[in-house]
Amino acid sequence: MNTSNLTRMILVLALTASGSALAADTAASDSDKIEQYREMISDGNPADFDEMRGEELWKKAAGPKQASLEKCDLGKGPGVVKGAYAALPRYFKDTKMVQDLESRLLTCMTTLQGIPEEEITAKPFASDKKASDISSLASYVVGQSKGIKMAVSTRHPKEKEAFEIGRRIFNYRAGPYDFACSTCHATSDVRIRMQDLPNFHVKEDAQAAYTSWPAYRVSQGLTRSFQWRLNDCFRQQRFPEPKFASEVTVALTMYLAVSANGAEYVGPGLKR
Amino acid sequence: MNAKQMFGIAVTVCLASATFSAQAGSKVDKEAMKLDARATEIIKRDFRDKGIAKADRVNQDALQAACSKYEDDVPVDMKIKLEDEQAKQIKWPADGNFMGDWKAGEKLAQSGKGMTWSDKPDEPAGGNCYNCHQLSSKEIAYGTIGPSLLNYAKKQGTPEKGQRRAYGRIYNAKAYAACANMPRFGHMGILSEAQIKDLVALLMDPESPVNK
Ligand code: HEC
Ligand code: HEC
Repeated sequence: MNTSNLTRMILVLALTASGSALAADTAASDSDKIEQYREMISDGNPADFDEMRGEELWKKAAGPKQASLEKCDLGKGPGVVKGAYAALPRYFKDTKMVQDLESRLLTCMTTLQGIPEEEITAKPFASDKKASDISSLASYVVGQSKGIKMAVSTRHPKEKEAFEIGRRIFNYRAGPYDFACSTCHATSDVRIRMQDLPNFHVKEDAQAAYTSWPAYRVSQGLTRSFQWRLNDCFRQQRFPEPKFASEVTVALTMYLAVSANGAEYVGPGLKR
Repeated sequence: MNAKQMFGIAVTVCLASATFSAQAGSKVDKEAMKLDARATEIIKRDFRDKGIAKADRVNQDALQAACSKYEDDVPVDMKIKLEDEQAKQIKWPADGNFMGDWKAGEKLAQSGKGMTWSDKPDEPAGGNCYNCHQLSSKEIAYGTIGPSLLNYAKKQGTPEKGQRRAYGRIYNAKAYAACANMPRFGHMGILSEAQIKDLVALLMDPESPVNK
């Protein structure tokens, strides 16, 4: 990214923050507005900054063991980042678990670098006050799958089981509003207020939704990970909070990722 | 394969061969039941309290469990039973009056607050109605999960019938459609009787924006 692009991006962001750029056309749905915005900054996504931060973190010695993450195995062998995200979640022999990207990063940070798990899971998401290392690392890793087709396996019995459990979680209604993921994401062409909702039972919808996360959220000025996306949907579902990188979140991610198989991964994305 | 498809296969096998049906059906059912149990176990373990949203919110009542199991497509006899059970629990206004203040109703309908872990404990919940319904031709930022309620009053037989129907639907939408996507505002204690009356007025008062 060169400086003129950078200046333009900052200008657009400033306009957006003040509300004037996007609020002009209140009749347009959020997806139309994002399309306009995307054109304006077609040379770059602010998530690039987060990807760069993540790459530095990946290569830097850190933690009690003063090790980098360059030996971290994301499923394609130690240190292989290219294409890894397009095949996650998957079963890992060493942990005997199906893991998504963030739970796998957690494993690498605790085992290779010796960082205590609680230190990472206490605040796993970025806020405007503090960046999140694990989120930035995720941005870096997903960026290395750009242009690669999603091919998440359900061949291993544990992978198949995670998919089946994920499907059940997707349809699990509970809480004061009786909501499940399916309440908002199993009907086509519906929206909440002006926010269009993807229907995960429709291949193209599932693919477009899944492959555009993690994403830079314009309204928040932050790059958000997939674990954050699930966390915020559970909030809207009036559920309690899912534990970070827990089996519930990984199984659900497995269900959604498999639904997106065959599509080219295009993230990190850009959202309202 | 989902539960419905599994059920379909089990039925097909039954029809094709009386000898093998019981065995084949039970094997598929057993596998599905094991996964159901595993999913529930994981759900009960992997959530924690946050703000007003306590971990025990993941515990299901019978209606939630049935709708989840059948992915909202419950068999018709079960559907009727569930709806009857919900209908019996509706608390109708003691004074027989359904109509409150439509202006207060419009404010409630606009508010998307309520029941999330980021909502404050002392702040009352809104109705979230515009999240899912079109209610006024002036408000363009409306959701479409539910049907448009524009001109609601004009579509009802008599005002009395319409008011009762609206009150019942808002109090407990599941008494009318077991696995409807609309929350049970009265049943779950999200809105008070007085607030539901304000919303009935929003839907039924000829002066409200819904009917203008
Ligand atoms: C009460 C409504 C509601 C429920 C329940 C809900 N979501 Fe969402 N979801 C939304 C909204 C609204 C958006 C649009 C994004 C936004 O916030 O701008 C969204 C967006 C998403 C996206 C990103 C789509 C995209 O194209 O960017 C994913 C993935 C997702 N939801 C998954 C889930 C899952 C999985 C569940 C269940 C744990 C769930 N949602 C439950 C309302 C909901
Ligand atoms: C999460 C979505 C959602 C929310 C929030 C919601 N509704 Fe609904 N509503 C629906 C759906 C879906 C239906 C159709 C139910 C069915 O399947 O029969 C419905 C149906 C109705 C009906 C019945 C229409 C008829 O045929 O008579 C009324 C009245 C109604 N809603 C009013 C409200 C009011 C008032 C609020 C706010 C307090 C509200 N709804 C909030 C989704 C919602």
